Amino acid sequence: MTPAIETHALRKVYGPTVALDALDLRVEPGEVFGFLGPNGAGKTTAVKLLLGLTRPTAGEGTVLGRPIGDREARGRVGYLPELFRYQAWLTAHEVLRLHAALAGLAPGARPAEIERVLALAGLADRADERTGGFSKGMQQRLGLAAALLGDPALVILDEPTSALDPVGRGDVRAIIREARERGSAVLLNSHLLGEVERLCDRVAVVHHGRVVASGALGDLLGEPAVRLRVTDLPAAATAEDGPLAAFGPVALEDGWLAVRPLDADRIPDVVATVVGLGARVHAVDPARRSLEDVFLDLVRAGGPQPDEDGPGGHGESRAR
Amino acid sequence: MTPRLVLIIAGLTVRELTRRRVLWVLLGLSLASVAFVGWGVERLVSLARAEGVAELQVRIGVSQVLILIAFMFSFVLAMSAAFLAAPAIASDVETGTVHAMLARPLRRSELVLGRWLGLSAVVAGYAAVSGSLAIGIVRLVSGHAPPEPQVAVAFLAFQAIAILTLALALGSRLPSMAAGAITVVVFGLGWFAGVLGNLAVAFDAAPLAAATDVVRVIVPTDGLWRGVVFGLEPPLVLLLTTARGAAALEANPFFASAPPPAAFVAWSVAWVALVLLAGMAAFRRREL
Repeated sequence: MTPAIETHALRKVYGPTVALDALDLRVEPGEVFGFLGPNGAGKTTAVKLLLGLTRPTAGEGTVLGRPIGDREARGRVGYLPELFRYQAWLTAHEVLRLHAALAGLAPGARPAEIERVLALAGLADRADERTGGFSKGMQQRLGLAAALLGDPALVILDEPTSALDPVGRGDVRAIIREARERGSAVLLNSHLLGEVERLCDRVAVVHHGRVVASGALGDLLGEPAVRLRVTDLPAAATAEDGPLAAFGPVALEDGWLAVRPLDADRIPDVVATVVGLGARVHAVDPARRSLEDVFLDLVRAGGPQPDEDGPGGHGESRAR
Repeated sequence: MTPRLVLIIAGLTVRELTRRRVLWVLLGLSLASVAFVGWGVERLVSLARAEGVAELQVRIGVSQVLILIAFMFSFVLAMSAAFLAAPAIASDVETGTVHAMLARPLRRSELVLGRWLGLSAVVAGYAAVSGSLAIGIVRLVSGHAPPEPQVAVAFLAFQAIAILTLALALGSRLPSMAAGAITVVVFGLGWFAGVLGNLAVAFDAAPLAAATDVVRVIVPTDGLWRGVVFGLEPPLVLLLTTARGAAALEANPFFASAPPPAAFVAWSVAWVALVLLAGMAAFRRREL
């Protein structure tokens, strides 16, 4: 099957700044693909390259089987820009009519399709208001509606929940799931890890303009584990040949006793053993690593110098 | 180039100008100025007639006042064209509106051409309506009818289109403020070169005349303004001045003894096309 997106060593340099180093990406038709990275990692640059809004310095790629930026392919792509702005002097309905016309939707199909996406984005009762009076969240919903017009084969969403409250975020998750059910591939560009973790089939983590990890979410998160908050634990319990060693590697992490990897079925046995050793158990956390842990590890490992600033602290991009 | 998409953008541009009340404000102001002009000219004519000034002199006086009014109107029109066209592309880029639109199967050249068409239609329509109204009211209150009002209005619109084309083209690459300011400076330079060139001819200063000729080719707005003047100048005035051989009158920016040559008009059309194409090329290469 033709991939929805495929890039080979896609590169973009602005003056001395390398915005995107060598991007290799493949998004299959019908999948929700999470494109993660700290601010300035090159996510938005990659999206703009895919849509022909900027031209690559080197490398190549295809969108829906056509060269990137191709006009015909753009007719089958829906896009919510990071900077979502629509004509303030048009109503929401008129903005969608404009986009339906630009996208080349059959004139007869437009009214019903516009009503469908308005309802989907929760804008049905604000459709006749000018967008200039919309809150940022409403404008972002309008952008989502525009991106979903005409059931595009590929939907590219650049930070689709940046202006939304938790209710709105929930709505967006439902909208993305529905788009997938209707057969669209979705490229979800985000640094909100919880969102990606709940939605995406596969993810790629980009840092300094390169993909530093990619794959199915399950593979990236690694095996399940358990963490116990315990007190009065005998020192010998965590020894390499101690009573817990039979379950797997044991470690103390910030006052938590962690056994990883550990099959979820064996959690009660671990708890029973720890209690049997005379320790007091205050909490049990059947934790796998969160996407955030994985992400932070990857980003910190890939940084120019390991620091404690967190993901945003590595600057905008790397100069070579 | 897909005509359907160009027309969508042109229609959007016209709608933007009406929705943002620009058009209505301009029309309202023009109506007010036309009323003021009508009142002023009527007062002048009545006073002159009461003083017993010969009717021929009154008519000639009114014709010159009308040219002065047309000059002020052409200036207002030029400024409006520059300030409407400069942000037409530039502000869409600055606000990000353009990203969602150009991600559709819309070529950048189609966006620029559609913007140009919409703006040209509005500016030309505005020039035609306001210009005809001003000429009409002067005729009504004074009886003076310029020889070729339609030529004057056509050149008025042409000049405004030339200016909006330059502002739009600059705005496809530069921020809107810069594009607007540069256009106004270029317009002023063209006018100045026109005056200077006429002076040069009148005083036989060949090198200066050659230099200003170059500027008038690069910036054809002043030459187009001469077309407006020619359309408004009564044949009698032309006859009198040429009979007297008053070469110095040529230096008057409100005087034209001949219509712009056909070659100049053709060049002006080509100039508009070239500037528009340059704007499209610049926008095509722009990183968004």
